Amino acid sequence: MSSSSPSFHAAEAIPLANVPELRMPEFRDAVVSSVNGGASLSALLGRQRDGRYLELLAVLANAATGRLSIVRTTADGAYPCLTLDCPQAHWFEREIAEQWGAIPEGHPWLKPIRFHALHRNGVVAEAPAPGVTNFFSMRGEEVHEVAVGPVHAGIIEPGHFRFQCHGERVFHLEIALGYQHRGVERALASGPDKRTIHLAETLCGDTTVGHTTAYCEALEALSDTQVPPAGQVLRGVALELERMANHCGDLGALAGDVGYLPSAAYFGRIRGDFLNLTAMLCGSRFGRGMIRPGGVGFGLARDRTAEFLKRLKDAFRDLSDAAVQLWDRPSVQARFEDTGPVSREDCIALGLVGPAARACGIERDVRRDFPSGIFRSVQIPVSKWDSGDVFARAWVRWLEIQRSETFVREQIASLPGGSELERPGPLRPNHLAVAMVEGWRGEICHVAITDSQGSFAHYKVVDPSFHNWMGLALAMRGQQISDFPLCNKSFNLSYCGHDL
Amino acid sequence: MSSLIFTRIRQGKRTIPFPEVEPALPERFRGIPEIDSSLCVSGCSACAEVCPTDAISHGAAVKLDLGRCLFCPECAIACPQQAIHPGNDYRMAANRREDLILTGAETPKLARRMADELYRVLGRSLKLRQVSAGGCNACEADVNVLNTVVFDLGRFGIQFVASPRHADGLLITGPVTRNMLAALEKTHDAVPDPKVVIAVGACAISGGPFRGHPETVGPADRILPVDLFVPGCPPHPVTILDGLLRLVGRIRDSA
Repeated sequence: MSSSSPSFHAAEAIPLANVPELRMPEFRDAVVSSVNGGASLSALLGRQRDGRYLELLAVLANAATGRLSIVRTTADGAYPCLTLDCPQAHWFEREIAEQWGAIPEGHPWLKPIRFHALHRNGVVAEAPAPGVTNFFSMRGEEVHEVAVGPVHAGIIEPGHFRFQCHGERVFHLEIALGYQHRGVERALASGPDKRTIHLAETLCGDTTVGHTTAYCEALEALSDTQVPPAGQVLRGVALELERMANHCGDLGALAGDVGYLPSAAYFGRIRGDFLNLTAMLCGSRFGRGMIRPGGVGFGLARDRTAEFLKRLKDAFRDLSDAAVQLWDRPSVQARFEDTGPVSREDCIALGLVGPAARACGIERDVRRDFPSGIFRSVQIPVSKWDSGDVFARAWVRWLEIQRSETFVREQIASLPGGSELERPGPLRPNHLAVAMVEGWRGEICHVAITDSQGSFAHYKVVDPSFHNWMGLALAMRGQQISDFPLCNKSFNLSYCGHDL
Repeated sequence: MSSLIFTRIRQGKRTIPFPEVEPALPERFRGIPEIDSSLCVSGCSACAEVCPTDAISHGAAVKLDLGRCLFCPECAIACPQQAIHPGNDYRMAANRREDLILTGAETPKLARRMADELYRVLGRSLKLRQVSAGGCNACEADVNVLNTVVFDLGRFGIQFVASPRHADGLLITGPVTRNMLAALEKTHDAVPDPKVVIAVGACAISGGPFRGHPETVGPADRILPVDLFVPGCPPHPVTILDGLLRLVGRIRDSA
């Protein structure tokens, strides 16, 4: 890493002028050497400066030091791609090419990821037809192709999957997304205004708390706002309830996909108990209205904590009971084990995040590595497993649910008094802040840059699914195509969070 | 094996007795906002100014468009007269878009049973194909939850099916992105006649927080004829279930 680049913490604002402007070869060296040294590429974004040239900006997160560093350069027209030296950049470079027309030369699969018009110069160019691209194909006897989607068989978001198969065996899965592209990131950048917080809440609806917390932390960093202790605790509680609800739902769906219906039914129901605990806090099962700039929109009165804890205890008792049935059933374990494995090496090279990475034995968790809010003072142990298969992804979820339950129980039992919200003031002009949150799917990274008026000049959202979709494609290699639903559910990635 | 039986006994029966018994909703549930226009101070439009989707407008009385409303707390917080409170009424599904626009203390004209001819064919067995067209997965999740043992949608003869060719209608969520337009139209074409279309959530009804985005081409009723509108961001599962049961005539009056 270049010694001239500043290192700073997540949720800390720095003057934009302090971010070094490197020449392209130095920028590439900085990114590649940093990633080779163990840092992860949390964001790589393009933005138009002064209405003219394209700036590339890389956010590198070093878990060993708990610090972030940022470098930037200019790239007009074409530049030598990073992906060949740093595979973590592969999806980001496709995104930048699609948004701004900068060509990463040598990129092994430069195709659209969202199928939208160029952002550049405000010109709305003709948008490409969704899902129309040069898909990989295989030739040979008895080779065949299976195309699925965008409309899938269940109540699930749209995406298109192409499998290259030989008999039942999948050689490659190619994933084409973008059907949920609704311009939410572009609209965020015109804020902050009265709609911005609601866009943050709907970046990815099942991760409302995670994304809204990231948005608020960026805003608070840029406005020097201190969230009161009660606000910090309740944010952490809401985040862990979101994790428990979603992990619980995923375990039920995994049980359903291997045809083990008792657990599918129990987990599906108990997921609702956790959502209803979130609704007890703020009226919404998804935490809408809960996370607000400066704290939380709703407190929990002292005389309500006993009921909250009782409901948590009941839900967790039912969940533990149902979990025993899942883990003790050899017919279930036989389907989970060795299905959809991802190697540790591939996981590191691609920069997978969240439970998918921890299931490959990688100890990587924003709550520990780049803590903000309550996680600066309270640690939740990192859960991991080494086998990289469906079992590992399921088991890590179960470990995490148990640790989240302990956290929520202890935090609610000792809930601090006082205000829950400190209203933020105006944003510092020409500053940059990076917010990192460990959502239930993994690392959420928001990058906010302000202009000379203290409005957003740029806003970048990186949902964990952005890193992880390629992990699903790798997990399917050499697998039976009939195991796709099971593998897919073991990742349970977001379409809308990716498509933005 | 015996432990499985004990677990089954411990987990018990969890299906709610809706619609015979009113559902238990969270204390802080935000249903239809209750607005007392008589408390309004002349010239004040604090609620309209903070509304993220311009669902509120001021005339002689306050006008509220439930199809745009995100059921967020902002208007109630902003009102200096405390004239707006989140109500606890979860029933708000309507047959016509205009029935969701409320003036003063008006309540929505709740959905009625589908037309006789449709009811004869679909009333006792309604198979739906869900299409998410730019939804954020909150509406989708709370539609999906109707399949759990808590709501047990199947007991009403309503079921979500995998293929549009097996379906009697579509349930649409999301603001309808440009990228989903063709897939939505093709899916609708594949559903045999007669068919119904249900729009669930603020996005499908009005674009929601994404209203006006050039990446969207909705809302749903701009593309397809809609028979049932279910407001919310997302709607509570019982709001969706209430709407579906009204459409098939299992809940009849609006009382």
